[in-house]
Amino acid sequence: MTDATISAPTRRAIDRIQDSYMVQVRRRRMYGGLTLAIFSLLMVSGFVIADDRNAGGFWDGWRQMLDFPADVVSEAWEKRANLPGLLVKYFPALMETINIAAVSTLIGAMVGLILSLLSTRGLARWPRLIPVFRRLMDILRAVPEIVIALVLIFILGGGPVPAMIAIALHTAGALGKLYSEAAENVDLKPVEGLTSTGANWTQRMWLGVLPQVAPNFLSYTLLRFEINIRASAILGFVGAGGLGFELRNAMAWGPGRFDEAAAIFVLLFGAIVFFDQISSRYRNKLTEGQ
Amino acid sequence: MTDATASLGSAKTLADALFRRKRLTAFAVPAIIVAYLVYIAIAFDVVGLAQRASSKNAVILASDSWSYKTHVTRDNRRGGTTYAIEGERKGAYEDGTRPAWVTGDEDSELVIDLEDGHVVRFLPDNAVAYDVPGFGTIEAQLVDGSLNTNLSEPVPEWINLSDQRMTITTDAGRVTMTRTRTEVFRYFPGWELFWFTLDSPYHNRSFTEIALGDRIDPDRPNISGAMSDFWNNGMWRHKDVAWAIGETILMAFLGTFGAAMIALPLAFVAAKRFSPFGALRFGTRRIFDFVRGVDALIWTVVLARAFGPGPLTGALAILITDSGTFGKIFSEALENVDEKQIEGVASTGAKPLQRYRFGVIPQIVPILLSQILYFLESNTRSATIIGAITGGGIGLMLTQAIQTQKDWEEVAYYIILIVGMVMIMDSFSGWLRGKLIGRKD
Repeated sequence: MTDATISAPTRRAIDRIQDSYMVQVRRRRMYGGLTLAIFSLLMVSGFVIADDRNAGGFWDGWRQMLDFPADVVSEAWEKRANLPGLLVKYFPALMETINIAAVSTLIGAMVGLILSLLSTRGLARWPRLIPVFRRLMDILRAVPEIVIALVLIFILGGGPVPAMIAIALHTAGALGKLYSEAAENVDLKPVEGLTSTGANWTQRMWLGVLPQVAPNFLSYTLLRFEINIRASAILGFVGAGGLGFELRNAMAWGPGRFDEAAAIFVLLFGAIVFFDQISSRYRNKLTEGQ
Repeated sequence: MTDATASLGSAKTLADALFRRKRLTAFAVPAIIVAYLVYIAIAFDVVGLAQRASSKNAVILASDSWSYKTHVTRDNRRGGTTYAIEGERKGAYEDGTRPAWVTGDEDSELVIDLEDGHVVRFLPDNAVAYDVPGFGTIEAQLVDGSLNTNLSEPVPEWINLSDQRMTITTDAGRVTMTRTRTEVFRYFPGWELFWFTLDSPYHNRSFTEIALGDRIDPDRPNISGAMSDFWNNGMWRHKDVAWAIGETILMAFLGTFGAAMIALPLAFVAAKRFSPFGALRFGTRRIFDFVRGVDALIWTVVLARAFGPGPLTGALAILITDSGTFGKIFSEALENVDEKQIEGVASTGAKPLQRYRFGVIPQIVPILLSQILYFLESNTRSATIIGAITGGGIGLMLTQAIQTQKDWEEVAYYIILIVGMVMIMDSFSGWLRGKLIGRKD
C-alpha cells in the first residue's frame, strides 16, 4: 500500500541515498578493520621481536615468574624475626627517597610556576618571549631524568643531589605545561583591577592569578609528587641514593639477603600506597569545590 | 542600636581574626618551605658535595663531548709507532699511513706538530723533546727503566712528574711517558669517523663524490657500499644504536597498548555501573591498586629474574604497572558515562554486549585514547630508565657509555638521540590524538 504512494522518481532517490549510505558504512567498516589489522600486526610482530631479542623467552619465563617472589617470601618468612629490625634499618633510606621526591617537586613546582606564567598568553611578562619559554619547557620535559642524573653523578658523585636536580628539572617542564594550560582559562578581570591600582607584574600574578588557579595547581603538584616518589626510587637503582640504591645492593648479594630485599619491597610498596591515598583524597577535596 | 554596634564589633573581631590568620599563613608557608630546604641542604650534605664535586670531570665532559683525540703511541720496549683515533683498534691507521701532521722518520726523528708552536719530537733511544712556547724545551729519556728529564723542581702544575711517569698537559695536547710507552694526544673538534671508519674506502670522501662520482670500491656500487659501511661502523655502532632505539620504543608501545587491552575489560568489572557483584568489584580494584603500588621498579627487578635482560622484560614491566593505572582511569571514566545513550541503544532492542559496544564505548573512546597516547609518550621515557636497569635499549647503551668514562662524544650522541626520540614520540602522539579525537590539545 505504501509502495503505491511513492512515485518512481522518489523511489530512485531513496535508493540512491540508501546506496551511498551503505557505501559509507562499508568504507568505514573497512577502515576500522584495516586499522585493527595493522594494529594487531604491529602488536604481534612487536611481541615476536621483543621475545626474540630478550635473553629469556616469554613462555619459559612465565614458569619462573613466581620463583623469585616465592624465594623472597619464603626467605623473609624464615627470617621473619629480622623483619622489624630491617624495616627500621632501611627507614632512613626511605626518608631519603621521599625527601628527594618532595624537594624536587617543591623546586620543580616553583620553577614551573614562573615558567608557566611567562609562557601563558595574556599573562606573560614579555609576550614576545612566550615561544622561547614554551620550547624551554618542552626540552625540560623531554629529557628523561636518568640522563641528567647519570651525567650529574659523574660530575658530583653519587648521592641524592643528582637525583633531586634531575627530577626537579623534569618536574619544572611537566608542571609548567599543566599550569600554563590551567592559567589560560583564568578570569582576567582581577588582573585588570590590579593593573588599575598600579600593581607590578609580580603583584598581579601573586594576587590576581594565583588565588584563581591555586586548587588546580595544588592538585597537579600532588599528582606529580606521587610520580616523583616512584622516579626517585628508580633513580636510586642507578646510583642516586635512597631506597633504590639499597635495593640494588641487596639484590647484588643474591640469596641469603632476600630478607633485606623483602623489607625494602615492603617499605617502598607501603610508602607508594600511603602517599597515593593521601594525595588522591586531598586532590578530590581540592577539585570538589569547582 | 546597641545590637548594630555589637554585630559591627563582632564582625570587626572576625575580620581581624581572618586578617591575622592570613598574615600568619602568608609568613608561615614560606618559612616552612625555607626551613624544609635548609633541612634538606643539611641532610643531603650539599656543602660537602660542593667540595667533592669534580670540576675536572665537568671539564672532561664539556670538552670531550664535541671533540676527539688522535693518539700517537711509541712502544718503548719493542720500538715502533702506531697512530689511532681515540686510541681504539677500530680507529687505527693502517700500516704505512699516518696523519699529515706527523713528519720525519721513525728511526731518526719523528716530528709531531701540535700546532701553535707546540712540537713533540720522538728521538732515538727512547728520548722525547717537547717544545712548549713560552716555557722552553722539555727533554726526557728512559735510561734503564727510569725517567730522566731536564725539568727541575718545582715543576709547573700542568706537568705531573715522577721517576716512573711524566704527563704534560697543555692546551695543544698531552704527552705521557712511561716505561712501556710514550703517547701523544692531539685534540680536534668534531665527531671523527662518525660516517665511516678508516678501513672503509669511503672515508674522507665527500657526499657528492660518493653519490655521483666513479665507483670507489670496485666490488660494490657506491651508494649501497657506503650505506653498508655506515651501518656497520665499528666505532659509532649505528646498527646497534638504531636497534636500541627501536627496542626502547617497542617496550613503550607493547607495554602501553598491552596494558590498555588488559585494563579495558577489567575496568568494566571494577565500575559500579556495570558490575553487579560488590566483592568482585572490590577485588578488581584492589588488584589495580596492588600492581600500581608495587611500582615499575620492583616489577622490573622481579621480571628481570624470570625473563632475563631484554626488551620483553621492560615491556612486561610497563604493561603490568600501567594495567593498574589504566584500570583505575578507565573504570572512573566508565562510572561517568551518560545513561541516556545506553537507554537509547537499549530501546532499539539491543542485547547487553551491543549496548556496551554502541552505547558505552563511543563515549569513553576519546578519554581512553587521549590517556593511552599520553602514556605512550611518558612510557618512552620510562622505557629508557627501565632499559638501564634490565639491560636493553638505548638506556643500557647510555649507562654503559657513561660508566666506561671514556667516549663522551658517544654519550652526547646518545643523549641527543634520546631527547630527539622523546620529542618525536611526543609530537607523534599529539598528532595522532588530534587525528583520532579531532581536537588539538
